[in-house]
Amino acid sequence: MVARVPETARIPSALLPMRARVAHRRQGPDDVATLSLCPVDGRLAPFRPGQFNMLYAFGVGEIAISISGDPGNADSLLHTIRDVGAVSHALCQLQPGDMLGLRGPFGKPWPVDAQAGRDLLIVAGGLGLAPLRPAILQALAMPERFRSIILVVGARSPTDLLYPEQLRDWAGEPALALSVTVDRATPGWSGMVGVVTTRLARALDRCDPANVSALVCGPEVMMRHCCLALEDMGVPPDAQWISMERNMKCATGSCGHCQFGADFVCRDGPVFRWDRVAARLRIRGI
Amino acid sequence: MRECYALDDPRLLLENFLAAGWRVIAPVLSEGALVPDVVQDADDLPRGILDSQAPGHYRLEEGATRRWFDAVVGPRGWKHWLHPPERRLWRALRNEDGFEIRPEVEDWPPTIFFGVRACDLAAIARQAEVFRRAADPAHATRVSATRIVAVNCGRSARTCFCVSTATGPRAEDGFDLALTETDEGMLVEVGTDAGASLLEGLGLRRASDHMRARARARIAEAAASQTRALPKDVAKRLPEAAESPRWEAIAKRCLHCTNCTAVCPTCFCTDIVDRTDLSDQRAERWERWDSCFTPGFSEVHGGPVRSSGAARYRQWMTHKLSGWHQQFGTSGCTGCGRCITWCPAGIDLVAEARALTEGD
Repeated sequence: MVARVPETARIPSALLPMRARVAHRRQGPDDVATLSLCPVDGRLAPFRPGQFNMLYAFGVGEIAISISGDPGNADSLLHTIRDVGAVSHALCQLQPGDMLGLRGPFGKPWPVDAQAGRDLLIVAGGLGLAPLRPAILQALAMPERFRSIILVVGARSPTDLLYPEQLRDWAGEPALALSVTVDRATPGWSGMVGVVTTRLARALDRCDPANVSALVCGPEVMMRHCCLALEDMGVPPDAQWISMERNMKCATGSCGHCQFGADFVCRDGPVFRWDRVAARLRIRGI
Repeated sequence: MRECYALDDPRLLLENFLAAGWRVIAPVLSEGALVPDVVQDADDLPRGILDSQAPGHYRLEEGATRRWFDAVVGPRGWKHWLHPPERRLWRALRNEDGFEIRPEVEDWPPTIFFGVRACDLAAIARQAEVFRRAADPAHATRVSATRIVAVNCGRSARTCFCVSTATGPRAEDGFDLALTETDEGMLVEVGTDAGASLLEGLGLRRASDHMRARARARIAEAAASQTRALPKDVAKRLPEAAESPRWEAIAKRCLHCTNCTAVCPTCFCTDIVDRTDLSDQRAERWERWDSCFTPGFSEVHGGPVRSSGAARYRQWMTHKLSGWHQQFGTSGCTGCGRCITWCPAGIDLVAEARALTEGD
């Protein structure tokens, strides 16, 4: 009998988390926590706006969370998490110094660079501001490259607004035309009331719709109505992008969970050009 | 033309492989079905068995002849070995600092798959493409450290439709050796140099032209006897039927038991399962086969994306027969017929594909 040597089969490196620690933690609004993370094992690959990481809470599990930091600052690894399930709850409970696992970055980014020379419209609903924040920061780092930068932010109520200090800073930023709107006002709110779609015409009143590029993120129904409204206003369907949410397990296009039609949201998305997905979004349960 | 030899008894090959230290995996009898498993002895190879397959029906019976390979595919495909039902990915241990993570390293002994049908050769190649794109080195290692002895089918089951998917019944490539059973013995076709070296020392005689012709004729008979055929334009037409009421009608019969995805030789979906012990000191991550037929498969905050059975059946079939082309450049179906045979409700993929695309 000939001695035959076994081959060694190793797991994909993309499935192995690296360890990171919580550097800072900030609570709010409500059940949302924003964690700033610091890798323990070496450095992370640079991320691009709109990409996500898989965050692992020891023994509990792992979920996909978009990156909300500044892409121009490699140390700015920020994740905003809403406490809605077992894993997100465990992650939201982490305190500075606590360890978690992290894989990434994964996914297709917002095509911010490619919109140079255009009117860049960014529309965020609720937590949808989290994956858009890096795109806004990237655009604001080179405002002269765009004809204009317009940000429309919506939330259910004033206390649901994400990153309130950041919004105050952005309100004073000359390169940015910011409008903030809430579905329901509360006492003391002197801003606008209404869903984001009602603000789009006003936000674009100085733009030629054909020259507008839109990055839209929020609940699926909000993104759909928003993009349809923008289409009606004349913004080309191939100049609009949305970020999709689906169940993600592997983030490498092999577990199959995040399939949306023939797309793997983890690999072909989460950012999709609107004209690629518009027809599919009309059908329930794709 | 490939080199061809004549072999009287396939056990001679098996004995030779076993003696040379290979792990040999071949379809053997287990709980009334033929399933690929590790062979310890050449006599484990079943002989004279026929399979009776129909929607929701599988029985093995004594054949009228003493042939080795008349019974075709059983419930378990080769993915059971190449893409195992579960594997541990890593372990994490708590320490003073937090925790440390240890990735799993697995040994894959040099292996011979013996008796792989053409449909399953195609399935192995199609799954390999999925895992190549996902950059899974474990899968690549298992495939590259495995030699394949294919068997060309001399008979089709009633559920076979590999002619319509252009994946059989003859193995065209992707094998090291291919056997065809004829009344004059086994025709052994050499597919690769590695295959040729597997024959070294056996002293096989060259196959006669007559034997080659007999082998071709048997394969042609198997092809001609197939009664099921997928519609040619199914990949294009199926997405157009996304809102057909037919999905609801199928879902009423479908038990959502996930049998079809378990037996499908190309279905690759997995779940990631995190486990921890009661002390909360040790955690493990496992990858485990999953099925798009479970509601939890598409769970996001707020509920599953595909909450209806109709949406889940549509997902499975549309992905398999259409979306796969966009994702991987081929169909996800190789015509093996397992999903038809092993559906407890007898749902016939081919008949449903016809109904959905031909407006039946």
